[in-house]
Amino acid sequence: MTAATATTKEAFCGDGGTWRFPTDKPLRLDSGGELAPLEIAYRTYGTLNADKSNAVLVCHALTGDQHCAGEHPVSGKPGWWTRLIGPGLPLDPTRHFIICSNVIGGCMGSTGPASINPATGQAYGLSFPVITIADMVRAQAMLVEALGVQTLFAVVGGSMGGMQVLQWAADYPDKLFSAVIIASAARHSAQNIAFHEVGRQAVMADPDWRGGAYALHGVRPEKGLAVARMAAHITYLSEPALQRKFGRELQRDGLSWGFDADFQVESYLRHQGASFVDRFDANSYLYITRAMDYFDLAQTHGGILAEAFRKARDVRFCVLSFTTDWLYPTAENRHIVRALNAVGARASFVEIESDKGHDAFLLDEPVMNAALSGFMAAADQARGLA
Amino acid sequence: MRPVIREDFKEILRLVRPGSRVLDVGCGEGELLEILAREKQVDGRGVEISPEGVAAGLSRGLAVVQGDADRDLDHFATKAFDYAVLSQTLQAVRHPRHVLGELLRIADNAIVSFPNFGHWRVRWSLVSRGRMPETRALPEPWWSTPNIHLCTLADFLSLCEDLDLRIDACAALAEGRPARSIDPTKSIENWRAEAAIFLLSRRGDAEPTEPTAPRDDLFGG
Repeated sequence: MTAATATTKEAFCGDGGTWRFPTDKPLRLDSGGELAPLEIAYRTYGTLNADKSNAVLVCHALTGDQHCAGEHPVSGKPGWWTRLIGPGLPLDPTRHFIICSNVIGGCMGSTGPASINPATGQAYGLSFPVITIADMVRAQAMLVEALGVQTLFAVVGGSMGGMQVLQWAADYPDKLFSAVIIASAARHSAQNIAFHEVGRQAVMADPDWRGGAYALHGVRPEKGLAVARMAAHITYLSEPALQRKFGRELQRDGLSWGFDADFQVESYLRHQGASFVDRFDANSYLYITRAMDYFDLAQTHGGILAEAFRKARDVRFCVLSFTTDWLYPTAENRHIVRALNAVGARASFVEIESDKGHDAFLLDEPVMNAALSGFMAAADQARGLA
Repeated sequence: MRPVIREDFKEILRLVRPGSRVLDVGCGEGELLEILAREKQVDGRGVEISPEGVAAGLSRGLAVVQGDADRDLDHFATKAFDYAVLSQTLQAVRHPRHVLGELLRIADNAIVSFPNFGHWRVRWSLVSRGRMPETRALPEPWWSTPNIHLCTLADFLSLCEDLDLRIDACAALAEGRPARSIDPTKSIENWRAEAAIFLLSRRGDAEPTEPTAPRDDLFGG
């Protein structure tokens, strides 16, 4: 192995840990009050250049985490966006300093409902304050600053990650050079809220939830959380994708004439639910889905979405949507683009033909890859990074 | 070596002020916007209906929004641009009148080109053979053409009159030949021009935009 590839590999495996903010640096919350002490788990890939102009913040979706690239140190699985982050890919650790943090309220090392409340010595549970997307972004901004970054070259995210990107554009337009929003929305629709409510009710209906204090009782509401995940997972797919993958195929010869998983699609969903409870905390699921439901960027700007972007006119925006995404459909993404155009922002937008539904943003989509590569390459050039 | 530039693009390039803001409606793969950025330091944006076109535009470093000229011009702010370009697209839109009005709401000037249905070959095809024309400017058979609202020079003039638009310049376009500055009101031009390109602005503007070049220079001068 040459020295050059060794450096690349080393840079790509990622760095980071948990940033602990001192108690005199609390996080101000939209719901009123403050959160301290505050911990943010994060990962970085690549190195910050001398003039600190190459930092990219990657924002994760609902159940994602800070391990967006390389290999997950615990599970050994590839990071959730390895298709887009890596040497030669649109987000390139040999060129960019990539930061990905676990959102607050999460359960992968950032302060959340499973963290110990210093006032009681017990897990917060439901005494954890309700958080918003703006709170998540405020925490990210604290981390980014702590890492010595004044201006981000790009903030990039899909789904809930896209909401964070929009919030960045609204709250920190001067700290942004470019912004990529994929399969997202500037507000949570009634349908989105409805699905989240089904998930939350499933969690709270599990007898092991114990009013959110399950940690105290040494149990976990696994069944409820698994059902929540199963329902949510359907919304991430599309009818054609489900049909192609499973159709009405059976697990074995003949029907069971009972309620076992006869159909392959049932078995698939049960597996998705079961594996999810191993890696996710039920209360985090409640808090993060709530944060998404509360998200309505126009509402916090006098009801006019364009007002949110008034100061972000110089930011280079790229918005991408997918034809079969019914969770964050093209209309919602176009709504963002219209607001950006209304203020004369430098916006690009493509609706990508895909039958894979909302999850397409995590999968191999050549048009998405090409669009993102083109957008990032042009931004690299404009920023002098190419 | 530089690629060959289309004759209509050359005209647009001649016309557009350096450093101006240009919206290219139906920008395809962004060739014109790229030339304008390179040669005239234009701050360009594109609207394009095909995702492949938009992706190609993005890879050229352009800002392109996937959209439909009929539906998606209304979200651009009034006077957000100096020029709105509609190149060989007017005849393919559903609401040409609305689109033309929108172009001149979004921008101070519109640059519009379209095939002339009054051209003698078109008339000849209809009169002599009784068949829908297939010419260089209108190459597709009637059943596959994207064009739904074809017009002649005279028709276009009357629409401009109706919308209270001023024609600041006009040139006849023919493939492979330099554009030729014309007076579109002359009926001979309605026979001769295969296609035409117009520079338009709104009449009765409180502050009409001053063309930086003398009018004769605007097209082929």
